[in-house]
Amino acid sequence: MAAHPKQDFIQPASFAFDADSMVQVDKHIAKYPAGRQASAVLPLLDLAQRQMGRTTGSAWVSVAAMDEIGRILDMPPIRVYEVATFYLMFNMAPVGKFHLQLCTTTPCWLRGSDDIVQACRDVTGIKGWKENSADGLFTMTEVECVGACVNAPILQVNDDFYEDMDSERTRALLESLKRGVVPKFGSMTGRQASAPDGGPITLLFEKAE
Amino acid sequence: MLSDQDRIFTNLYGVHDVGLAGARSRGDWDGTAAILARGRDAIIDEMKASGLRGRGGAGFPTGMKWSFMPKVVGDRPHYLVVNADESEPGTCKDRDILRHDPHKLIEGCLIASFAMGAHAAYIYIRGEFYNEAVALQKAIDEAYDAGLIGKNACGSGWDFDCYLHRGAGAYICGEETALIESLEGKKGMPRLKPPFPAAVGLYGCPSTVNNVESIAVAPTIMRRGAAWFSALGRPRNAGTKLFCISGHVNKPCNVEEELGIPLRELIDRYAGGVRGGWDNLLAIIPGGASVPVLNKATCDTILMDFDSLRDVKSGLGTAAVIVMDKSTDIIKAIARLSQFYKHESCGQCTPCREGTGWMMRVMNRMVQGRAEIEEIDTLEAVTRQVEGHTICALGNAAAWPIQGLIKNFRPEMEARIAVYKASKSMKMAAE
Repeated sequence: MAAHPKQDFIQPASFAFDADSMVQVDKHIAKYPAGRQASAVLPLLDLAQRQMGRTTGSAWVSVAAMDEIGRILDMPPIRVYEVATFYLMFNMAPVGKFHLQLCTTTPCWLRGSDDIVQACRDVTGIKGWKENSADGLFTMTEVECVGACVNAPILQVNDDFYEDMDSERTRALLESLKRGVVPKFGSMTGRQASAPDGGPITLLFEKAE
Repeated sequence: MLSDQDRIFTNLYGVHDVGLAGARSRGDWDGTAAILARGRDAIIDEMKASGLRGRGGAGFPTGMKWSFMPKVVGDRPHYLVVNADESEPGTCKDRDILRHDPHKLIEGCLIASFAMGAHAAYIYIRGEFYNEAVALQKAIDEAYDAGLIGKNACGSGWDFDCYLHRGAGAYICGEETALIESLEGKKGMPRLKPPFPAAVGLYGCPSTVNNVESIAVAPTIMRRGAAWFSALGRPRNAGTKLFCISGHVNKPCNVEEELGIPLRELIDRYAGGVRGGWDNLLAIIPGGASVPVLNKATCDTILMDFDSLRDVKSGLGTAAVIVMDKSTDIIKAIARLSQFYKHESCGQCTPCREGTGWMMRVMNRMVQGRAEIEEIDTLEAVTRQVEGHTICALGNAAAWPIQGLIKNFRPEMEARIAVYKASKSMKMAAE
């Protein structure tokens, strides 16, 4: 694996799943028929990334982790590498504590995702994509449609979708994250999931009764 | 207008209890064993009679798809694979089923698996849906604990396991054979068909891949009957459908309505109308990014179902309605989709791998107007060379939005080029 072109970092010499992760590793492998343990490669890469995040504050997958997964699943290392690099969600280099994943695909773009991008750049000081902020808190990644389009624009932070965003709400969210306070995810305007603004106008059984 | 009594997804917005008790109070898991007791053939016949067409985009009859599985289970086990890799831009309907009505999906998995002789189902959910996966796993665990799935599911005598598998960020894994590859632990690269999954699918075994919504409506169809479902909608376009209305509307939302509802009524009634009024409408993509865009004149009268949209050379797709008002740079809106397809091409087939990048670069020039008029025809010709020349439909999906743009908005593209040329010659004259 070549070093990330934009930032130098050190590949850890080794990786081992800790006790917490191992419980999950076994659970995942058990989902698939005997001899089909390679099916667990995505879950295990995800587990490795989460463990890195938990233990180092930066959720990414090192070469050593991929080698260890290959060993556990009896896969040649190259098979793990090619899977890990094919899927967007595996970070092949260290990321910030808060991974800002900005959807800019057409439905989000129509609702003002350019403003969200600008707000993130202003607050974090990050100029490009896949770059980390100087304080190590943030990484900005441009992602394709995250599948929450009626709540566009979406800013995904680590696992969570912050929905119905605008410039102001984005700035407030990032300032909050800087203070170490992670707000509840979902619609930032407080609307009920994918119901229209102002509340559902269908599925009103109770009111009818 | 569809009445609430005829809506299947009664917890679409997550207002009510998502858990098993709440699901039961909404009618889920009611008499499931009796449904299974009707037998495989009866279930498949009921699904066929309902007229349900696959809700993932292609619109293939679901009951017929189920009937393609071998009648007798041989050496190789059968599998149901549920496609919860919802990634088509504009689409966010399955998300609501997964997080708010997960028991409908799980019960549907049991019924569909039984009907196809499968003892196991894998639900492949896109990796970004982390919180949705947590909600669904919780529901699966509840169903196991209550004996609804697992050994002797619902006391039916049928053993059934349901597994959740998270993806990791790849649009292409929504293509059924790429999904199978991914589930097997490989890169998500589509397979050549034939053989079709019903013959050689997951782990080389007979498999059927169905969309979340197709599976989740099955229990209600079995309970209320094919006649009820097929009476809704229009002939050959039966039933209700989840619509996602995004973009330039006053109140973007998801809603369940009958197939065949006029597009204008759908937007005016449920999404608060187009921003600035109907006359401020420029264009609509009616079924997710992969289907050709419609101009306003078509939007005025079009009905939202498979056949009506096919007749105007577009498609219902996933019923994700992306609305664009007159403030939209339509060329840029479509160019952004070209970027999407370039990013998501798996790289396996040359026309798609090279074509998506080429089309994106030309589209980006079209946004600026930095092109020759003849290049519009070249672009159109290249989309025809990508379309139909790839293993999967991603090549088509990348071609169609551009074809729709050229068909409906060619004057805008030519005007953009003219403006650019004029600004160039002004500059030269000034110098």
